[in-house]
Amino acid sequence: MRELTVRFTADLGEFSLDVAFQAPGKGVTALFGHSGSGKTTLLRCLAGLERRASGFLQIDNEIWQDDANGIHLPTHRRAVGYVFQEASLFPHLSVRRNLEFGMKRVPARQRQVSFDDAVALAGLSGLLGRGAARLSGGERQRVAIARALLTSPRLLLMDEPLSALDERSKRDIFPCLERLHSELSIPVIYVSHSLREVARLADHMVWMEEGRVRASDSLQRVLTRLDLSVEQGDEAGAILECEIALHDDKYHLTALDGCCGRVWVSRLDMDPGRAVRVHVPARDVSINLEKNSDSSILNIWPTVVENICDISASQVLVRLRCNTSGDGPRLLARITRKSCVKLHLKPEMRVFAQLKSAALID
Amino acid sequence: MSLSETDIQAIWLTLRLASVTTLLLLLVGTPLAWWLARTRSWLKQPVAAITALPLVLPPTVLGFYLLILLGPNGPVGSLMLDLGLETLPFTFPGLVVASMIYSLPFMVQPLQNAFAAIGDRPLEVAATLRASALDRFVSVVVPLARSGFLTGMVLAFAHTVGEFGVILMIGGNIPGETHVLSVAIYDHVEALDYENAHLLSAGLLVFSFIVILLLNLLNKRTHPEIAR
Amino acid sequence: MRYFIAVAFFSVSHLVWADSVNIAVAANFAAPAREIGEAFQQSSEHTVIISSGSTGKLFAQIEHGAPFDLFLAADSRRPQLLEHNGKAVPGSRFTYALGRIVLWSPRPGYVDEHGVILKEGDFKRLAIANPRLAPYGLAAQQVMERLGLWSGLRRRLVRGENIAQTFQFVVSGNASLGFVALAQVRAAGDSGSVWHVPDELYQPIRQQAVLLQRGQKSAAANAFFRYLQGSEAREIIRSMGHDVVASNARNDVTE
Repeated sequence: MRELTVRFTADLGEFSLDVAFQAPGKGVTALFGHSGSGKTTLLRCLAGLERRASGFLQIDNEIWQDDANGIHLPTHRRAVGYVFQEASLFPHLSVRRNLEFGMKRVPARQRQVSFDDAVALAGLSGLLGRGAARLSGGERQRVAIARALLTSPRLLLMDEPLSALDERSKRDIFPCLERLHSELSIPVIYVSHSLREVARLADHMVWMEEGRVRASDSLQRVLTRLDLSVEQGDEAGAILECEIALHDDKYHLTALDGCCGRVWVSRLDMDPGRAVRVHVPARDVSINLEKNSDSSILNIWPTVVENICDISASQVLVRLRCNTSGDGPRLLARITRKSCVKLHLKPEMRVFAQLKSAALID
Repeated sequence: MSLSETDIQAIWLTLRLASVTTLLLLLVGTPLAWWLARTRSWLKQPVAAITALPLVLPPTVLGFYLLILLGPNGPVGSLMLDLGLETLPFTFPGLVVASMIYSLPFMVQPLQNAFAAIGDRPLEVAATLRASALDRFVSVVVPLARSGFLTGMVLAFAHTVGEFGVILMIGGNIPGETHVLSVAIYDHVEALDYENAHLLSAGLLVFSFIVILLLNLLNKRTHPEIAR
Repeated sequence: MRYFIAVAFFSVSHLVWADSVNIAVAANFAAPAREIGEAFQQSSEHTVIISSGSTGKLFAQIEHGAPFDLFLAADSRRPQLLEHNGKAVPGSRFTYALGRIVLWSPRPGYVDEHGVILKEGDFKRLAIANPRLAPYGLAAQQVMERLGLWSGLRRRLVRGENIAQTFQFVVSGNASLGFVALAQVRAAGDSGSVWHVPDELYQPIRQQAVLLQRGQKSAAANAFFRYLQGSEAREIIRSMGHDVVASNARNDVTE
């Protein structure tokens, strides 16, 4: 199993970093946290750019840094790709020369991403002759991503690549990131403070606070952890991986199949079979003891109560496990304390969850 | 009005001196400017101040101390004699050394500013794109600091051409060896030969004007359009 | 405050009564000029203000209206020119000193008393003043020409812009020896070794003075000009290493 092992400590005056976690060696791992939580510092540690940090970094079975044993590969000897917050293209070079900069410095037989593939993936074919100064923000960031990919990295590091962009440019780049995710097997560490971005892109999530790791687990599990969800307020909710099942043209609906069951949402303009992610907000999930077939709500699933946590004097958050057996995905439901008492909710109780809404994440 | 052989010799000598000085200053000044732009050492300010000294010191002070320092009784001069070398005053290499010291800030300061303006980011980007330290300098710093290099070289060259006080002190006015243009002009003026003084002075004036004009024109294009 | 005003008053009233004389002096004669000025001030109410510089520079300044009353040049050519230009009082020009050159080295016993070292010495550099600019340089060239050594020594010469810089080259050891002014060696305490060059080997270095137009009406300038020709001043000049011509030999030279 390919894996990433990370341990770093750094004392940077007012701020200190002390982290240790493991992440899968594939897919997207989100480094999530508020600004000042140390995400960027950690990312710089991974790239070997933070000289004041010491620690341990292993990818697969290759050790890049082990300060206790005097191992510290300099940045240019680590097979990382790094996409900075601002694209930081070389202003004296054209788009093509920017792209070739890293590629030329990787021996030909080690190149796994071809120039044409990277250009196609980032949608740059029309821009190659342009000067870096004459690109829009979104175009620049796409060049930066392709430029990093062309070094055929073992690990791709992205530091909030969308944060400096307007909504339109973001929409421009998301497909590029998703294709990157689905078409290349390069593991990505993605720094973000936006839950929406993380929910859309990440598989694994490292939740950081004040230079420490608060949680490191699969996206669904971290997002449905009650202690973390309580702090998210209205944003709290679960992420479900689904597939477009069918369209109901008569009522203008689309059915999505996930491992919990079928969800009906407003008509989506996508082909059946396409994988999508759906956000189910906790405030839009209610709990019934019996399957209520005469409700206006279409989406009703059998679940099991896992645990319950107070949000305020009047409200509680309930974590529900889909399916009766095994390790299915979780849902969150925000209900009044009064209802909780009235229904005698307690762990391992079988209940029905009613999903009033589910939103495609895009 | 035409130039005497001595004057032509002085012009060539001056151009040779300025070229050699500029090239050597490029070699010495680049690492120094790079260090000054990047270091966080406490030594930075003292070193920067020493580098800037020739800007404020009267050239005669510099020349006087060089004459004493490099002379056979001075610490540097006596060391050179012990090593079996010729002392530097009254020689072309001596003028080169003096000019390098005298013009050092004119090379170092534009370079230092240009290096500082680049910042860390392009270097970090280049490092993540597999460029080693030397590679980063050649392929990122040099092109980005282009105008700094240009300014430094032109200023160092022009300043050396116009150098007078220091050379007067340690040159010894030897034709073909240390009799440079500015000294030639001075001699003409002192000897009341105003005609030749005018000829050379006007030439120097035009030269300086063209240099500064060129510099301004070139610096306007700091961010050139990319051709390919 | 009151004290300060009193002082200011005093100095103003002092200026009203006494006159001052501004003298431009060739750098090589600055020291004797200062001594003579001191002596003059003791015997009169007037103040002497001395500006020294190279003869060429002072000449150019006077031509362009610099406020000097008297000019003590290092040669005779510049005073002559001023006379022609009408900047100097006609007939006032006279030779106030004759320069003497010596071959000198700060190393004792290095220069022999007949100057044989010029022919046989293995010195690397010989310092002289630039013959084109400085009368002492021209004299040095004449000496070497007269001895038939000029072409042989040319490559070993370093040239100072004036006799002061030439002295500096020698005293700092950068040149092993040099033709300098006797006055300089004397001022340096007669150290080292010296060859007193015989008079017949070079034309006399006539340092001439003129009264300038600006000084013609000034009582102080006229008084100093007279004092400069008197026996007290001549004694000072002689004691500091220059020769003087007989007092009746005014205006005897037109080269």
